[in-house]
Order: sequence, then C-alpha cells, then structure tokens
Amino acid sequence: MATRLITRRRAIVAGLASIGGVAASRLPLVELPPTYGNLLRAGDALTYAAHRLLLPQHALVREYTLADLTSFPAIGTTSPAVSVKTPLGEQYRDWQAGGFRDWRLSVEGLVATPRTFSLDDLKALPSRTQITRHTCEEGWTAIGQWTGVPLATVLEAAGILPAARFAVLHSVDDWVDSLDMSDVLHPQTLLAYGMNGRELPVPHGAPVRLRVERQIGSKSMKYVRRIVVTDTFDDGGTSGSIQNGWAWYNGI
Amino acid sequence: MDEPRGHARWVRVSHWIGAASLLVLAVTGVLILMVHPRLYWGEVGNDLTPALLELPISRNHQHGGWDTPRPFFARADSPVSASRTYDIFNQNGWGRSLHFLAAWCLVVPGALYLLGGLVGGHFRSHLWPGAREMEPRVLWHHVVEHARFRIPPASGGPRYNVLQKIAYSSVVFVAAPAMVLTGLAMSPAIAAAFQWLPRMFGGHQSARTIHFAAFVALVLFVIVHLVMVAASGFRRQMRAMTLGD
Repeated sequence: MATRLITRRRAIVAGLASIGGVAASRLPLVELPPTYGNLLRAGDALTYAAHRLLLPQHALVREYTLADLTSFPAIGTTSPAVSVKTPLGEQYRDWQAGGFRDWRLSVEGLVATPRTFSLDDLKALPSRTQITRHTCEEGWTAIGQWTGVPLATVLEAAGILPAARFAVLHSVDDWVDSLDMSDVLHPQTLLAYGMNGRELPVPHGAPVRLRVERQIGSKSMKYVRRIVVTDTFDDGGTSGSIQNGWAWYNGI
Repeated sequence: MDEPRGHARWVRVSHWIGAASLLVLAVTGVLILMVHPRLYWGEVGNDLTPALLELPISRNHQHGGWDTPRPFFARADSPVSASRTYDIFNQNGWGRSLHFLAAWCLVVPGALYLLGGLVGGHFRSHLWPGAREMEPRVLWHHVVEHARFRIPPASGGPRYNVLQKIAYSSVVFVAAPAMVLTGLAMSPAIAAAFQWLPRMFGGHQSARTIHFAAFVALVLFVIVHLVMVAASGFRRQMRAMTLGD
C-alpha cells in the first residue's frame, strides 16, 4: 500500500516536472499579450501565455470535407457600400461597381518594400484551400471552404523584416485589429478571396477577408484593406477592438 | 481509523474559491448564453440551421432578423447564407473575459485540490463511497430518511453519509471535470492542438450543450446543498466551513 502511494506521487511529480520543463524551455520566447495590464483581461493574458507556452504552435485546426459545408450567417457589416458612412464607404461602392478590379491591399510598416496588391496579384501567389469551422464568440459555428493566399506569403512578398512582432489590420468598415507572429505565420492563416468555390461574397467580406483559424471568429476580419507590420503594439485607437470593449486575445 | 474533526483548512479554502468562481462563472455563463440562446448537437449550429433547444432568455430568442437566404450552390439542399439585420444583445466583450478569468480561478486551485485529495487520501477516506455503503439496502435507507426530511444534525465535517458522498463525488469527479473539458473543447486554439477533444464530446456544439447540461446539474446541486446546509443547522455548518471547528 505504502509503496503504491509513493509510486503515484512520483508519477505525478515526474509529470508536472516534464510539463514544467517544456514550459521553461519556451519561456524566453513568450511574453504577455499587450493587454496584460487590464484586470478584466487578466484571464485572457494567462490564456495567451499558456497557449503560447504549452501548445504546439504549428498544430493545424481540423479540416473538413465538401459534404460538411453548412449554412453560414453573415453578421456585423454585411454591405459596406450601404452602411459605412465615411469616404471609405464611397470608395468601396466604386470598388464593388468595378468588380474589385481597382481594389488594392496596402502592405506597409516593417517590410523591405511597402507596396499594394491587386486582387490578381494575390491570386497569382501560391494559394491554399481549406474547409474549416468558424467559431463565433456569440456561440454559433459554421463550416465553410476558404481559398486564399497565406498571410505569411503576402508579407514575405513585401519582404517582412526580422523585427516584425505584430501585423495590424485595417478594414473598410474602419475596424483595427492585430495578430502576433505566431498567428501571422500559421499555415492556415489566410487572406481569403474565395468561399465555397466562388468569389468571396460581399456579406462575408469581399474582396478579401482574413481567416485566423485558431482564434474566435471575430478575429477573422472582413473587408481587409491595409496591413501594417510593426514591432510595437498598436491598439488601433478608437477604431480598435480594445477601445471598443473587446478582448485582444479570447482564444480559450 | 483516526478521523479528523471538522474540515481541513485546505478543504475550506478550496470550497470558497470554488464557490466564488462558480458564482461568477454561472452569471457570466448565462450572459454568454443570452447572446446565442440556442443549443445544438454535433459540430455545427447557427441561426440558419435547426436547434436542439431554444431558450427564451434574451431579446435574441427567435429574433428573426435575417434577410432572404441565398443558396451557396444550385441545388435544392444547398447550405445558405443570410445577412443579419437585427441589432442583437451582446455583452460578450466583458462577459467572456470575466468568464475565462473566473475559469482560471476555478481550474488552478481545482487542480491543486484534486492533487491534494488524491495524494493525501481525502477522497479515499471521505468522499468516495465504500462498497458496503453502496449496497441497495443501505442506499434505500438513506433515501427514505432524506425523503422524510430526517436530516442528521451537522457534525461540522466528515464523515459524510453515502448520499452526501455520491453528491460530492459527482461534482468533484464528474460535473466539474466535464465542465472544464467541454469548456476547453470549445476553444479554437485548444481544438487545434487537441483535435480529439471536441470529437470526444461529439463535436463543438455538443460540447457546448454538455457544458450547459453540467451547469444545470451544478445549479441543482447548489440548491439542494444550500437547503441541506440550512436544514442541518446553518450557523453550525457555516462555522465549520469557515473557522473549521
């Protein structure tokens, strides 16, 4: 009886020690998320640190088959030409009227050659098609097929510099959000221009939306128009998710 | 066997950390559910697919604010897309963050509690029902006594009767772990690292539904628990779980 107890204790200690060992080896690579000072987000900060410390960073989310595709709600902004009351809304109306031929994605910041990409430029880059589950923070899920170019490929085409730490994304509906390099470089993080085998529909973020599959759906920004690579955190000010009362990392 | 009198200090501390975390988790959990008060079975569920259960707990209940659905494919059973035209109730900006903060407060001390209870023998001596207690005749006797509301006066700690042991063991070994695992299964980041976790529960939405069922079970437990605490002597029981005497 006594012998067995010691064995169990040893097994538990050994188990904890091995987890600790993995964590310690990654510790120098991990920092708290930029929102760590916020008491309400303290749990999210812990979650972020734990995910980056303990989870395999290149694990892929589950991919499904065409038979698994489901109905897919479009929420938030679903028609920027109508609902966005800024010059960006007017510009979107023009882009949409011209079949997005004049649309440009601007890539700036810590890249060797800041440049713009047309939709055809993006389509000329190596593409990836994936059938994944969208997990909305509201509680619902949907499965869709996404075709696009990995975000990492686009940033490499602009010559992303080693000092890069965040990609800050701006949308037509004036939303700003950012990803860390782990999400930026993840193979399933796409700038998607196709959905379910066709052009990305306007309600789902045409012409290009982000897919960041390891995070909650609201991080997959629709109507992406500008990406700024930075080495410091930019909360996006009053257009940013944080000042609008949303967590930066809610991935648990 | 040498029986300790009263609740051990680490049990008392664990109890109140757990109670406070569960309260915050329950309130924020309902808040989160109010944003999408529909439950499903399987991997997928949304307003454009059939629900298992629709709860009338917020203005989002059957709000119907969707434009005409458009099929993705030219076939009769094609999945559809529709745009939402309704301004939903949504307080998840703080609700989710507070829920996960409380979850950390439950999971870390909870794991230490499980470790302590396992290694120190607390579970074996106090919580886990013995084979003799589980004999139908003994069980039936206790059920009848409780049904007649003949509650033994509080002893201020262990030993517990077999119905208490079953109730506490169900919470500690079944409901709480199911709650935590189904919660983790709903995380896209966790599901990426451990694809088997949501599969184990039959899919993401099944995990969400089980998460809700475990919540209902825990609420029922807390109600019965509080009634029994009151029936067996509220002041005595509170002193035992706080001061430990």
